[in-house]
Amino acid sequence: MMQRLPLIVFIAVLALGPVVLPEFYVTLLNYIGMYSIVAVGLVLLTGVGGLTSFGQAAFVGLGAYATGYLTTAFAVSPWLTLLIGLAVTAVVALILGFLTLRLSGHYLPLGTIAWGISLYFLFGNLEFLGGHTGLTGIPVLEFFGLKLDTGRSFYYLIWLALLGAVFATQNLLDSREGRAIRALKGGGLMAEAMGVDTARTKIVIFLIAALYASVSGWLYAHLQRFVNPTPFGLHIGIEYLFMAVVGGAAHVWGALVGAGVITVLKQWLQDLLPKVFGQSGNFEVIFFGILLILVLQRARDGLWPWLARLVPVKAGQRAVADAAPLPRREMPVVGAVLLEVKNARKQFGGLVANNDMNLTVKAGEVMALIGPNGAGKSTMFNCISGVDPVTSGEIAFLGERIETLASRDIARRGMGRTFQHVRLLPTMSVLENVAIGAHLRGGKGVLPAALHLERAEEARLLAEAKRQLERVGLGEHLFDEAGSLPLGQQRILEIARALAADPCLLLLDEPAAGLRYLEKQALAELLRKLRSEGMGILLVEHDMDFVMGLADRVVVMEFGEKISEGLPEEVQKDPVVLEAYLGGVE
Amino acid sequence: MDLQIALLLSQDGIVNGSIYALLALALVLVFAVTRVIFIPQGEFVAYGALTLAAFQAGKTPGTLWLLLGAGVLVALIDTVIAVRAGAPGRLKRIALWDLALPAVVAGLVLGLQPATLPLAAQVALALAVVVPLGPMLYRLAYQPLAEASVLVLLIVSVAVHLALVGLGLLFFGAEGSRTTPFSEAQFNLGTLTVNGQTLWVLGASCVLIVALALFFGRTLYGKALRATAINRVGARLMGISTSMAGKLSFTLAAGIGALSGILIAPITTIYYDTGFLVGLKGFVAAIIAGLASYPLAAAGAILVGLLESFSSFWASAFKEVIVFTLIIPVLLWRSLTSHHVEEEE
Repeated sequence: MMQRLPLIVFIAVLALGPVVLPEFYVTLLNYIGMYSIVAVGLVLLTGVGGLTSFGQAAFVGLGAYATGYLTTAFAVSPWLTLLIGLAVTAVVALILGFLTLRLSGHYLPLGTIAWGISLYFLFGNLEFLGGHTGLTGIPVLEFFGLKLDTGRSFYYLIWLALLGAVFATQNLLDSREGRAIRALKGGGLMAEAMGVDTARTKIVIFLIAALYASVSGWLYAHLQRFVNPTPFGLHIGIEYLFMAVVGGAAHVWGALVGAGVITVLKQWLQDLLPKVFGQSGNFEVIFFGILLILVLQRARDGLWPWLARLVPVKAGQRAVADAAPLPRREMPVVGAVLLEVKNARKQFGGLVANNDMNLTVKAGEVMALIGPNGAGKSTMFNCISGVDPVTSGEIAFLGERIETLASRDIARRGMGRTFQHVRLLPTMSVLENVAIGAHLRGGKGVLPAALHLERAEEARLLAEAKRQLERVGLGEHLFDEAGSLPLGQQRILEIARALAADPCLLLLDEPAAGLRYLEKQALAELLRKLRSEGMGILLVEHDMDFVMGLADRVVVMEFGEKISEGLPEEVQKDPVVLEAYLGGVE
Repeated sequence: MDLQIALLLSQDGIVNGSIYALLALALVLVFAVTRVIFIPQGEFVAYGALTLAAFQAGKTPGTLWLLLGAGVLVALIDTVIAVRAGAPGRLKRIALWDLALPAVVAGLVLGLQPATLPLAAQVALALAVVVPLGPMLYRLAYQPLAEASVLVLLIVSVAVHLALVGLGLLFFGAEGSRTTPFSEAQFNLGTLTVNGQTLWVLGASCVLIVALALFFGRTLYGKALRATAINRVGARLMGISTSMAGKLSFTLAAGIGALSGILIAPITTIYYDTGFLVGLKGFVAAIIAGLASYPLAAAGAILVGLLESFSSFWASAFKEVIVFTLIIPVLLWRSLTSHHVEEEE
């Protein structure tokens, strides 16, 4: 309850606004509200997802022009045009998203600049949209006979829409899909290996941001009751991004702060500067530009984290509720062949990293892959798990060829892995990091998440993550930031994350590196237990005591090729292996 | 459309295209060396043209005060850093480049009455005012963020663009300007009339492109820039200062931008915000080249120029829409041909 107090006070103050404030401030708050809706979308897209768009104003324009045109030309009900506007925006956003989101980071923002300009000129030059003068006579909104024809009455609609967007976004971020979204920035490759379709996730947040913008445009059109191209140009699109960045691009509430600060500042500067400079013009952009540069140089997280410190709201450490365990996959019979690699070859340009590699892993055994540094072990791992596919050769998993599949499809078939260089989301909690591993064991999508209708499934996912963390011995760190753990424990966290996916084959890349003696023993104990449950484990490790005490079979690699294979004691005596590790005796 | 109109449009397209080509080269250069997507490139076009126009109109351009102000600011920041680092040796360079150079330029501009000078001297003065702004801009806006992601640098670029456009309006006002052509000559090639200025633009573009090729191929600094573009860390280990490389590439970009503006100012009216669209068209060309290849960028620029001039004939109202929509099939093509799993740089 105490956590909610500032929120309740905020909403109460908001509700009182139009009753006590003079007209000017109500209008100002209306604009702040409408801008904030767009900025919330940008927080999701840019701050959380790491995708930058300068073209949101064009989506606002789509929403505004859709209703403006249909209500004036065909007298369609404004409530219907809201849906039509959203549909039009969705189609445009999907097309643009498919075009630009698959490309590396900077093409999207450049693309958004181009379409921001294109749509602006299109609005201004299409006869039926009234050209640069725009459309007038857009009807007043009516809500069950209540006419929203004043700024005061419209105020509630705007702020309801905004609060709806804020809560939906917050709910979404705190969910299975939300973890996937938060993994986009800095963890795309890992998320793919955990089964997240990152391309789809990017398109989803792009779509959501565009739809928010469209709603804002619809509100704008019915508040102003006329539209022209000016508020949908590129410069306004840039301003929306400013709002998100200045407010604190990674915080949903920051969008409101940013929109408020920029809108008020703009108002104030527009009054002040022409007097100072003795001529009229958009001089406030000079200050906005410099302000933004300073924010990025000095406080890249924006104003919100700084404000949040003033209001002492502690993010309460939530307990993880007990929930029914998730259904488990049927384990293959012990001794069945899980993985079969045949003549695998991996080339990077002229460099052959793996050549003619063959190995098998059976259910219920630990197969160790050893070899000197640079032998190509991690490359082999990436080939098997689909992170970096083989150049040629066959890889079969559970009898099915997988060498051309994406890593997320391989994960879905029951292969879990860890990374040699840990790939965690350092600012997310340990629990949430592990829950990403269980991504494929949930199925509820974005809409239930935004409405928090998937709490039962979410509870089961988190309970599973907690179980796996307790199993690997990190039960005390559930709510710590993952980045705060020592490196050895981060590796263990990766094992818990892989286990959360309920795999039947586990690929572990140097799990014991950075662990102390007792921790190593505990890890070996865990792996033995997994083996006895019928899991197959493929292990890359440099600690020979650890490997030889644990492995059932060993494959030795050097220079990308297999040089020996057999039982641990056989391999240890193999002269070829001794030469590879210790140098030849001539 | 008959042949004559087609030839005329092609001529227009190629002239504009060669300007876009220059800008595209500068954009590719800046991106390769510093990872900055240099949106403010266009402002240098406008500043160059309008500074020259101000000289010709007998006014003192506001860019001069910007140069002095930016110089003082850079000098202050660098002096504080130098003193804190206990490196007074740097002070001499600071005084020379950030204070003395702008002061000398200001002295020349205020003392010489540029309106009375020959055109070549006016051009040289305009360049002397605008070009040093490039490295100062890098120092003030980008260098503190040199290790940030491409996206952060891009947002900074947009912020710098806005600030410079606002300053442009303050310095030059909302009215557009034209400058005196470099040459009034006209040549008749069959039915086609070619203006002297057109030849100037084409010639200067070619000379600049060749000069850049020589600079990158033959000089130590050019090679240092190429090394930085290929591998920043490696270049640094070899003793190439990344901030030097940044400033040098911004100097080149500012120079190319200002010169482009000076070249087209006699042909088209330049407003304080014209540069943005001109620069963006250079961008479309650079994107065609994937922000990587110089020859492809130049070819893309000619394509953009031709597309622009022909669409202004057939559907002049939709000229900008058509040019900027060109980016979409290009992006489609690039997205279909590139297959990489994305990871943060």
